[in-house]
Amino acid sequence: MLSIDAVDAYYEDIQALWGVSMEVREGELVVLVGPNGAGKTTVLRVISGLLKPASGRIVFRDRALDKEPAHKIVALGICQVPESGRIFTGMSVLENLELGAFVPDARRERERSLKWVYEIFPRLQERESQLAGTLSGGERQMLAIGRALMGKPRLLMLDEPSFGLAPILVDQTFEMITKINREGVTVLLVEQNVRAALELASRAYLLENGRIVGQGTEQDLLSYQSVRSAYLA
Amino acid sequence: MLESVSQTLILGVLVGALYALVALGLSLVFGVTKFLNVAHGELLMFGGYASFWVFSLLGVDPFLTIPATLIALTLIGAVIYQLFFVRMVKLPEESKIKNTLLVGFGLSVILQNLALRFWSADDRGITASYSSAAFTVLGVRFPMVRLASLLTALIFLLALHLFLRKTYTGKAIRATVQDWEAATLMGIDIHRVYFLAFVLGAALAGVAGTLVAVNYSIEPSMGLNWTLKALIVMVLGGLGSITGTLVGGLLLGLTESVTSLLLSNNYREVVGLVLFVLILIFRPQGLFGTKEA
Repeated sequence: MLSIDAVDAYYEDIQALWGVSMEVREGELVVLVGPNGAGKTTVLRVISGLLKPASGRIVFRDRALDKEPAHKIVALGICQVPESGRIFTGMSVLENLELGAFVPDARRERERSLKWVYEIFPRLQERESQLAGTLSGGERQMLAIGRALMGKPRLLMLDEPSFGLAPILVDQTFEMITKINREGVTVLLVEQNVRAALELASRAYLLENGRIVGQGTEQDLLSYQSVRSAYLA
Repeated sequence: MLESVSQTLILGVLVGALYALVALGLSLVFGVTKFLNVAHGELLMFGGYASFWVFSLLGVDPFLTIPATLIALTLIGAVIYQLFFVRMVKLPEESKIKNTLLVGFGLSVILQNLALRFWSADDRGITASYSSAAFTVLGVRFPMVRLASLLTALIFLLALHLFLRKTYTGKAIRATVQDWEAATLMGIDIHRVYFLAFVLGAALAGVAGTLVAVNYSIEPSMGLNWTLKALIVMVLGGLGSITGTLVGGLLLGLTESVTSLLLSNNYREVVGLVLFVLILIFRPQGLFGTKEA
């Protein structure tokens, strides 16, 4: 469904990704793990078009993404929950969700998507007319995920959805993500919470210093010395 | 005494609503794009001329020239954006403000000279058949033209407010103001949002120009004065709020008219600038702005 092939990317002069290759197949829940500053967020930015790769190819459902502008990539069905949610705090919960369905295909199905999101996150319906900035941390995360779901994603990308949440909310968030994946949405999840993330993943990639240094199933990754010593000690 | 005070206050409100409309376009453009278009006053001047010519050639009511002016300034705004401002979109915020400031100054000189070339330096004004009409309530005069201007200004303020609140496009504009990157991730093309905001800003400058032509007069070098008024209102009201712009406009109008009552008419222009400096020193986010705006 999504394949990334030998992608190099730079911030100004500094190279952030070195020949990154990855694949996400239809229906999978793929996890990208790695230490802080490894370039995990950069991988998502390159896929969603916020950062253009210097070389390499990104193909989504037989379409090359590396030259497409970011807003068109969303219209192809790649929706992202950015790091720390980035909800529109000055707008109401409902307005945030409406904006999630901005692209024409998603806008047509807005009513149905809204019902679906409210089923998954009933709390959002209760807070519908409230300003998003007044939500609690957990609710903000729900809104960020709900907003991405409003875009009718074929591929949902989440950037550290557990960051800054209380442990009980982290578990709930991961449960939600699994549930969303079971409903047919392909998921690419970036996480620092390695053990929890590996448990729900179909497959995982390990990114270090901008390079993919390992991949495979939970068991494969756990066999890497660096994963064990760094995250599971 | 009481009558002259109420008269002063009424005139202050009437003028203030006009000031709010003058600032509305500048504030919208700056809020969305972070372009500080100091040629705003020149766009206003072009709007004034557009209305003046439609009024003189067709002889229609001055307020009915507004649609034509809106169309003319939309086109002018689109051309100016594509020629000069489209390149600035990708600059980081700080150099964006500096570069657009310089481009704006250059543009204002060009537009002034074009106006001088086409329409000469003569003062022009629009005199409606009911220009001197007024009605009096409890000894306070309400000039018809000023009232119609107030109404026009309020209609446009309300229309922009509703557009930003109720339509998908308006919400996309507000989302872009808050976090353009997150907005992009919603599938919003922020280049289109910038273009739209700039063109809307130009159109609003145009209507403000119509009102200025009806209430005062127009000539090619008038722009800077009105850009300054718009900046003062913007700073008073804080960015990104239409209510703030309205209150900022009324405040400037009232301050000016009270000054001319208490001190003298000579000081009315100065007092706005003094207010401007005081606000920037003591409350740089504006009276109603939040810190990060």
